[in-house]
Amino acid sequence: MTAPLLSICSAAKCFGQTLVLRDISLNVAEGEFLTILGESGSGKTTLLRLIAGFEQLDAGEIWMDGERLDHQPPYRRRVNTVFQHYALFPHLSVFENVAYGLRVQKAPKSEIAERVGQALDLVKMSSFARRAPSQLSGGQQQRVALARALVNRPKLLLLDEPLSALDANLRRQMQTELKSLQREVGIAFVFVTHDQAEALALSDRIALLRSGELEQVASPREIYSRPATSYVAQFIGKTNLLQATCENGVARCGALTWPCEGADGPATFSLRPESIRIVSSAVADCLGDRVRFHASIRSRVYGGDTELLEVVWNQAQTLLVSIHGLANLRDELELEFCATDAIRVKQD
Amino acid sequence: MTYSPRYKAAVAVPPLLWVALFLLAPYALLFCYSFWAVSPMQTIVREWNFRNFSELIRNAMYLSVLFRSMRIASAVTALSLLLAYPVAYYLSLYSSRRKDLLYQFVIIPLWVSYLVRAYAWKTILGSNGVLNTLLQYLHVVQHPVGFLLYSPFAVVLALTHIYTPFAFLPIFAALEHIPRDLVEASHDLGATPARTFWRVIFPLSLPGVLAGATFAFVLSLGDFLAPLLLGGPSGIMISNIVVSLFGAAYNWPLGAAVSLSMLLLVMGLVSLMQRLEKRLSFT
Repeated sequence: MTAPLLSICSAAKCFGQTLVLRDISLNVAEGEFLTILGESGSGKTTLLRLIAGFEQLDAGEIWMDGERLDHQPPYRRRVNTVFQHYALFPHLSVFENVAYGLRVQKAPKSEIAERVGQALDLVKMSSFARRAPSQLSGGQQQRVALARALVNRPKLLLLDEPLSALDANLRRQMQTELKSLQREVGIAFVFVTHDQAEALALSDRIALLRSGELEQVASPREIYSRPATSYVAQFIGKTNLLQATCENGVARCGALTWPCEGADGPATFSLRPESIRIVSSAVADCLGDRVRFHASIRSRVYGGDTELLEVVWNQAQTLLVSIHGLANLRDELELEFCATDAIRVKQD
Repeated sequence: MTYSPRYKAAVAVPPLLWVALFLLAPYALLFCYSFWAVSPMQTIVREWNFRNFSELIRNAMYLSVLFRSMRIASAVTALSLLLAYPVAYYLSLYSSRRKDLLYQFVIIPLWVSYLVRAYAWKTILGSNGVLNTLLQYLHVVQHPVGFLLYSPFAVVLALTHIYTPFAFLPIFAALEHIPRDLVEASHDLGATPARTFWRVIFPLSLPGVLAGATFAFVLSLGDFLAPLLLGGPSGIMISNIVVSLFGAAYNWPLGAAVSLSMLLLVMGLVSLMQRLEKRLSFT
């Protein structure tokens, strides 16, 4: 295993009396796309600003490439940032904005022209080089901000909710472009967002922050299918939390039982809406035991490709069930799920 | 939201009347006077002519006082900017907690009567003033230094003291309007704080600098009290000329001609500055 590019060790940060980040330890590998995901106020932007050098650590260390990073001023760090509101210099043209980093490094003129040209090509903004930032749309400003950061060939690119100001369609398009751009340049990205769908679509790994602490760091697949805590399960995607009691390897929730692992006692299980199926429909392969139960529909929300049902079972408990386009449903249903799809999570 | 014509009239007419009565009418009068003449019997004759303006150009005294006024105003402008910019810069970017207090300190002199401040300089700079007493006590000089008071130097000093807050305010406002993420972006792209200042902060604060310079220049160009109290014969400025023409000399038409010329000069300058400011501002 190669040494990580960036290494954050037991980092902590307070603003006055408020502890905004505590005991954060996180590595970023060379060329990795890491997303820091969290609600607003979870400290994700602060973490990014600590890496960029705009805030100072109160405890812990940050290392990059075997060098202590947190003692260096931001202008010495080989890290570049794409700001949430782009922060393009309004008095400079698109070309001069992108050239800014090279000019302060005193790069030769011919090199500046060449590299700025390449960077603008990369983000498909070459024809806008002479424009002023105020003449560009949000998406175009976004691309210029990306080019301005990438032209310096940083080892690490920080992106602070760069897509949050764009409308939904443009946002999806930029997501795709951002991902392919990242593969193309091979630079490690640390991407901050509050949008879990965006995090799942883009990342190699997701670090989920919750009130200043790391809740789970894992690949999108793992964090979705094996959430560590009930918070993670609820934050990423929709889920049903089942309160059960474990005894001798058997979980019991109302009338239902299924095999489980872990210590005896009360336990919480996360069961995704799409893991629950209607029995009459074609049964997909299921490795573990099937758990069947009877439920009645309370409400239906049509969502195009899927339909979300709210069903009542076990007298008063409700469950969310996601199904693929079935128009005619009886009010009373026979449902089942695989025991292996019920993931035991830490309850907080 | 639509308003009734009666409401619109009720809101618009009083201020328009005010402006017409106290601004437009006096200007019109001034305009007329500048083309009239004074008879040998010291009465004002309403006969239209350009003699007042040709007198302004022919008599070297007027032009030389005008140039002195402009030199003094330029010196005041330069000094005010040099004093105001660093204070505004520090206040806006580095004084996070004491900002309001320090801001008040800059503004407080504006609450003191102009006359009191000009007089204070008389007390400080005079032959038996604070400064001369101190210099003699320290044996820097044997006899009181004369050039301190009743000189262009004294006028520049007092006007700089009085008009620096006027230069400070627009500069401070311009610096406050610079988004802080631009400063961070510059640091992020490898620019040291000094480079960030020259490449980002200073260019973006230029409209404020121009506005501050316009204030300092125009206000000190037309100043009347400081040269009267501190200027002496060598520190006379154009407003003192106007006052004496309207007063002792009893030549209102010539006084009006000087005033009108100054008015046009200042209006030209202000509109030029405004155009420059607009070109330099990006927000």
